[in-house]
Amino acid sequence: METIQATLPAAQQETVQKSKSLWQHAFGSLIKDKMALTALLVVVIYAVVAILTGLGLVAGDWAVEVGTSYEAPSWSHIFGTDIFGRSVLAKTIKGAEIAMSIGLSTAILSMIIGVFFGAIAGYFGGKVDEIIVWFYTTFSSIPSIMLLVSITFILGKGLLAVYLALGLTSWVSLCRLIRGEVIRHKDREYVQAAGAIGGGHARKLFIHILPNVLHIVIINFSLQFQIAIKSEVILSYLGLGVQGRPSWGTMIDDAKLELARGVWWQLAAATLAMLFIVLAFNLLGDALRDALDPKLKGK
Amino acid sequence: MNIYIYIFRRLLYVIPVLLGVCLIIYVLFNLVSPDPTMIMLGKHATAEQMAELRHELGLDRSWLLQYFDVVKSAFTFDFGRSYSTKQLISEMIMQGAIPSLTLTIPGFVLATMIAISISLLVSFYRGKFLDKSIVFLCVTMVSISSLAYILFGQWFFAYKLGVFEISGYEYGFPYFIPYVLLPILIWVLLSVGPDVRFYRTIILDEIYQDYVRTARAKGLGETTILFKHVLKNAMIPIITYLVIQIPFLILGALLLESFFGIPGLGGITLTAINSSDFPVIKAMAILSAVAYIIFSVITDVLYTLVDPRVRLS
Repeated sequence: METIQATLPAAQQETVQKSKSLWQHAFGSLIKDKMALTALLVVVIYAVVAILTGLGLVAGDWAVEVGTSYEAPSWSHIFGTDIFGRSVLAKTIKGAEIAMSIGLSTAILSMIIGVFFGAIAGYFGGKVDEIIVWFYTTFSSIPSIMLLVSITFILGKGLLAVYLALGLTSWVSLCRLIRGEVIRHKDREYVQAAGAIGGGHARKLFIHILPNVLHIVIINFSLQFQIAIKSEVILSYLGLGVQGRPSWGTMIDDAKLELARGVWWQLAAATLAMLFIVLAFNLLGDALRDALDPKLKGK
Repeated sequence: MNIYIYIFRRLLYVIPVLLGVCLIIYVLFNLVSPDPTMIMLGKHATAEQMAELRHELGLDRSWLLQYFDVVKSAFTFDFGRSYSTKQLISEMIMQGAIPSLTLTIPGFVLATMIAISISLLVSFYRGKFLDKSIVFLCVTMVSISSLAYILFGQWFFAYKLGVFEISGYEYGFPYFIPYVLLPILIWVLLSVGPDVRFYRTIILDEIYQDYVRTARAKGLGETTILFKHVLKNAMIPIITYLVIQIPFLILGALLLESFFGIPGLGGITLTAINSSDFPVIKAMAILSAVAYIIFSVITDVLYTLVDPRVRLS
């Protein structure tokens, strides 16, 4: 062994001695994946735009009339103007704020609910498991559109209702996945070892098991983010969406009356803005899955 | 475990799930929703009128009786009458089912055939340029809002080019065809993207199995392996995926039906949502939940019948 190592160049010796963790591997393969990097860049740009509009630094003047009603796209207004003569480009940029905040809040809310119930169902098993499985089976049997509608009935219309309605209806798939993974992990030796040195349930579950199922949470996060952005359009169409502020959903919904008059630019602007961010999250999700799922390694 | 016992137990599990569905619907629409009498009578209703109407609708009875009503309707399909049209809801459902199915069944069959063919093709050329570009195209198609497809399709093909009917419906066999052609086309466009991604993953999962390596080692051709070995094994998840979609076919396509004026169940649901017609929304929720539960039992049973590996464990 010694003689072999002695003949190896220094760089190669490094790789022989050190093995990388799953996260280092994943990071390494993500860095090499140009598509994933581009997608990440798009997400970062949208996030920065959303923060800047949130602070009022960009597109703060979206409500100002800059021209006449329904001006076609020109060099002064790249995406034309809407019914009130407001710049569609400014509205689209302002819409990024709503879209990103809806995506983020839905993804976080569904992550918290899904991980919590999935983890305790899988870990404790027995009656707890039966009740949680019964609950999400029941919950997922009702079409989500009905749940969305009834939640907005209860909460009234507005941004908060949209956040909660989308978040509260999108946790089941993650809950199922986490439950399954936790069941696979809970009797493994490393968990038994943690128990043997005096670790309680909470320690075993949150410090030892959860980091091992974290990749599912991350992949699901990027999936839910883009689903929420797309769902906002449907909510707007149902009249349950965001009120009084420009969102891509309301812009697309407005097009049902505008298209017959030949006004296509509002639909085009909102659809394009949405396409890039949803596409980026889709590609990022796929890249994360390839990088993080140990079962896919080497394929 | 004996397979009959398994099926029996699976069927028994339907009862608590159905009771749970009724409980959620009861809580959402009878307990926490705004008072429907206020919506029906408008803002200027007197307390007396509201109390009278509440009595008429049976909303002043004990919560247990009201919950029992919901459960009963799930078994008898007697959902009462619509608040806005006063029509029997069971009749509305019977009338709406056929227009929905004339749109969803052809769309579903076409989309499935196209998606499976494409995914077999891309699996054959996996990792190559064709595979990568088709997958990218599918992801792009999935990333566009479904409303944008409908709006653009209706405006461009029906309004501008005049190739298809803009909206409307006629009952009876050959008459409905011109009205459903464009909705079917849009349905196919909407489903091919996600379907191809799903089927491709399923097929690729099988391609890396040991039995494929064995078949290849035996000297079988790639085509034989793909069609005779891989597709056969991939059939199980594919069938599951297909069967679980059937309840949604019965329910119709919410957006497509309302945009193209097709008087199906999806359109009925949307109208009910817009007019806060609680009994109709409740009926559609129960109906779809029942359909979903029945078809998930069928899927599970099919699974055990088709796959001996599930039966053994």
